[in-house]
Amino acid sequence: MSRRPPLVLAGPAAVAVGFLVLPVVALIQRAPWSSLADLLTTSTVADAMRLSIVVSLTATAVGVGFGLPLAWLLARVDFPGRALVRALVLLPMVLPPVVGGTALLFALGRRGLVGQWLDRWFGLTLPFSTTGAVVAATFVAMPFFVLTVEAAIRQSDASLEEAAATLGAGPLTTFRRVTLPLVAPSIAAGAALTWARALGEFGATVAFAGNVPGRTQTLPLATFLALESRPEEAIALSLVLLAVSLAVLVSLRRHWILR
Amino acid sequence: MTRPPPVAALALAVLPLVGACSSTSTPTVRVLAASSLTDVYEQLAGEFETANPGVDVELQFAGSSQLASLVVEGAPGDVFASADLVTMQRVVDSGQTQSAPQVFATNSLTLVVPADNPAGVDRLADLADDDLLVAQCAIEVPCGAAAASLFASADLVVEADSLEPNVRAVLTKVELGEVDVGVVYRTDALAAGDRVGEVPLDPNPVANEYAANEYAIATLLGAPADADDFVAHVLSDEGQATLAGFGFGAP
Repeated sequence: MSRRPPLVLAGPAAVAVGFLVLPVVALIQRAPWSSLADLLTTSTVADAMRLSIVVSLTATAVGVGFGLPLAWLLARVDFPGRALVRALVLLPMVLPPVVGGTALLFALGRRGLVGQWLDRWFGLTLPFSTTGAVVAATFVAMPFFVLTVEAAIRQSDASLEEAAATLGAGPLTTFRRVTLPLVAPSIAAGAALTWARALGEFGATVAFAGNVPGRTQTLPLATFLALESRPEEAIALSLVLLAVSLAVLVSLRRHWILR
Repeated sequence: MTRPPPVAALALAVLPLVGACSSTSTPTVRVLAASSLTDVYEQLAGEFETANPGVDVELQFAGSSQLASLVVEGAPGDVFASADLVTMQRVVDSGQTQSAPQVFATNSLTLVVPADNPAGVDRLADLADDDLLVAQCAIEVPCGAAAASLFASADLVVEADSLEPNVRAVLTKVELGEVDVGVVYRTDALAAGDRVGEVPLDPNPVANEYAANEYAIATLLGAPADADDFVAHVLSDEGQATLAGFGFGAP
C-alpha cells in the first residue's frame, strides 16, 4: 500500500484539502483568543449553547425513532412507488433550508394546512417555540439518517435475515436480533451525521421557529446575528461549533476514516 | 501515449479566462445596496441605463452589515448604498470609500397586521399586551434598533415573540398570520400591498431622528466616473421622485 500516488490524483486532492481547510485556518487566525472566555460566558451565548444541545439531541432522537423504521421499509419492503417515496423523503437535503422552513410554516404554522387544527384543537402553536426549533432541525437532518441507514441495510447480508426466519424468528425478532446488530455502526454514524446537521441548522429554524432568545435562538442563529454587529463574538461562537463538529468527526473516525 | 494534464493545472489555466469574461468592453457600475432598497434600486438602475446607453448597472443586494463586511474584506464594487449611517461609517473607517457618503433617503417604521387583523390592533400602545404575538427585527440589525427606540420613546415595554434577522422575515410572519402584529419599514408595508394591513403610527411618538433611519450612498475606491454619475442620478430630482414613489422619505 505504500506505492507513490500518481500526480494526476495527488495534485487535485491536495488542492481540495487546501481549499476545504483554508477558511477554517483563517477563522482560527482571526479568533480573539484573549477575550474568548469573556465572549463565551455571556448569558446570550450560554442560553444559545444550552438550547443548541437540547434541540439537536432531541431532533436526533426523533430522527432515529422515525428514521430507522423508514430506512428499514425502504431497504427491505418492495412496495409500489418505493423509488418515489425514497426521493421524496430525501428532498429536504436539497431544498434550501429557508424554503423548507417556510414550507413548514405553510404546513404547521398557526394558519397552516395542519397547524390550524393543532392550534384549534390542542392549543399547540409550533412557531416561536423550542418544539418548533426541534421540528425544523428534524426536517433538515432526518434524511441524513435515513440515507445512511437505508444504504447499510441494503448492503447487509439478507441471507442472514432469511436464515433467522427459517429458524422460526418473526419479522420483528429478525429486525431486532439480526438486522439491527448488523447495521449498528451505520446507525451510530447516521445519528452522528444527523446530529451535526441539526446542530448547524440555521435557515429552516429562523424561517419556521423564528429567533427567540432562550427558546429558538440556537448557536447558528446567535452567530448570524452577532455577525451583524459584533463580529468577534460571531467568530468565538463559530469556534464552539467548530470544536463540537471536530469532536464528532474524530469520534466517527472508526467508521469513516479507518474503514 | 500523451498524459492528460492534472486537473488542477487545467483549472488554474481556466480561472483567469473566467475573470476576464466579467470585465468585457461594456462599462459596468457594480452597485452594492441594502436589501430594503431592492425594488427601488432595480428601477433606478433601469432609469440610469436608459439615460446612459452602453453602461451596465450590476446590482447586488444583501443586509447592509453583510455588504459592509464584504467591502471591508476587499470584495469588488463601485457604489455602496447602506440602510444606516453606522454601517456606512464602518466602510469609511476602513478607507474603502472614494467619495464622501451622502444621505439620499430616509425610512420610518410602521405597524403591519395580517389582512384580517385577527387581534384588532389599532394603535402602538396595544403592543404592550403580553398575549399579543409581536414580531420585530433583532436588535443587532438597523430595523431592530429603530424599533427599540420607537418603543422607548413611547414609554412602552414590548415583549417581542420573535426577533427576526431582517425586516422581510418580519413581513413574512405577518403575511402568514403567524404573529398578530409586526414592526416594519413603511416601504415594506407599501410593497406588501393588501397582503397586510397597515396601522399607521399616528401621531408618530418620535421625530424622524429615532424611528427612522437614513440611507447613505458613496462610491468605493477605484470606481469609474460612471459610478459618480449613478450616485448623481440617485440624488437627482428624478431619482428622488422614484424613491418617494416607493415610500422613502426625503433626506
